[in-house]
Amino acid sequence: MLVEWIIKSVVIVLFMTAGFAYVTLYERRLLARMQTRIGPNRAGPFGLLQPVADGIKLIFKEELVPHNADKLIFTLAPVITVIPALIITAVIPWGDTLTIGGTKITLYLTDVNIGILYLMAVTSISVYGITLAGWSSNNKYALLGGLRATAQMISYELALGLSFVGPILIAGSMSLLDIVKAQSSIPFILLQPAGFIIFFLASLAEVNRAPFDMPEAEQELTAGYHVEYSGMKFALFFMAEYIKLIAVAMIGSTLFLGGYQGPFVDQFPILGPVYLFAKVIIWLGVFIWLRATLPRIRYDRLMAFGWKIMFPIALLNVLVTAVVLVLVGG
Amino acid sequence: MSPAVIIFIVLALVAVACAVAMLVSKNAVYSALFLVLNFATIGVIYLMLGAPFIAVAQITVYAGAIMVLFLFVIMLLGGENLRLGEPLRGQRLIGLIFGAVLLAEIVLLLIFRSGMDQMVGTLTIDTSPAALGLEMFNKYSLPFEVTSLVLLVAVIGAVILTRVDPIRRPGKPDQDRKDQSGRQA
Repeated sequence: MLVEWIIKSVVIVLFMTAGFAYVTLYERRLLARMQTRIGPNRAGPFGLLQPVADGIKLIFKEELVPHNADKLIFTLAPVITVIPALIITAVIPWGDTLTIGGTKITLYLTDVNIGILYLMAVTSISVYGITLAGWSSNNKYALLGGLRATAQMISYELALGLSFVGPILIAGSMSLLDIVKAQSSIPFILLQPAGFIIFFLASLAEVNRAPFDMPEAEQELTAGYHVEYSGMKFALFFMAEYIKLIAVAMIGSTLFLGGYQGPFVDQFPILGPVYLFAKVIIWLGVFIWLRATLPRIRYDRLMAFGWKIMFPIALLNVLVTAVVLVLVGG
Repeated sequence: MSPAVIIFIVLALVAVACAVAMLVSKNAVYSALFLVLNFATIGVIYLMLGAPFIAVAQITVYAGAIMVLFLFVIMLLGGENLRLGEPLRGQRLIGLIFGAVLLAEIVLLLIFRSGMDQMVGTLTIDTSPAALGLEMFNKYSLPFEVTSLVLLVAVIGAVILTRVDPIRRPGKPDQDRKDQSGRQA
């Protein structure tokens, strides 16, 4: 049992790190196509070795620590940023039970009855790394970026948390496995369209993606909280960002798109991870598409949008869902 | 000693060390971070007691939400290295005495009322979110509602305190308009 857990944990961590490498390539290639460019295609076939080349380049970069920086926190901040990103998907089920040669293997690390609360706890912790990075750099642009990121993430966390309530109410459970199983006939995106849109927008803001990438606005903050970071420390921030992207896509697929559910998944449980993977790829594609399409929105608009539009709609969505469920008797 | 007791002692030492470090740390950011670590350790202790819901709520609410705001305010106001004065004289001494009394009380309770094993045992009641929710909305619904009302009042108070637009009194033109009229004259 312990061995099984260790193997699964290692698989999840490796998947997320490898996923990070290839999501960067996916983004660069797709973005290039949308801007009628070709994108990186020199390293290896179709540019598949580009992430490796980037990694090697970053390893050999000189690491600078600003003179007046708080050295301990400056070093810790990238680590604090990466760890929540790596552990957040621990409760996401990749599939149901798989039988190989008589032994039953569950395609999820753990099925806890507080799965969604775990997601929220890890999300709320992930703000620290960015905040501390901005503060410890002793650079005003970094500090501004860090403060913006903190304010933005705290504001959108509310709407994000409330958008989780719809699926919880319909499935009647906070376990993600139960939520996926409740979507075997109809995915929650059809029952919870408002909840889905709120989740989508709030998660974009939560991972600081365009059009909500104010904390990293290059033109005014010279990249914001990680402006003083170089070499592998910078790579860790970059990694955390893309791993969070994958994690958000996985959480969204699980909550609203039916997770590992798909045709014939009952007969062949091995299809579960394949369906989840396909949904994640599509979700990431939409994220990249949005980045290629939309300009960044202004900071005060962003906060007003979060507090005055998203938050009330999310509350209303919870209320309507609860009332309808009571009336229908679901 | 069972492994659970050993883990509990380690966690308790970490929690106490963090609390002490928070008090003696000169830099307010470090103090806040030690408090976060303290909250997280307490969350793990809850988890060991078999109460995952409380553990996760502890981390989300205290470590994740409240302390982020603390840190945010410290950074925004640049209060990292403020010189610490004593606004009320004798405050430290009184605090120390009360702290010692509280500690003595806790130790006495520990010695007389229960053994160490009870502290690291697991809860026998149902700690699933559903069971907790039912308890809260049936048995404890009045305290729950009162708490929510108090929180609502606090939210309204916060909104009113942070209002930026000045309240215009009838009869007195505000500053901007006076400036404009002066320029015109």
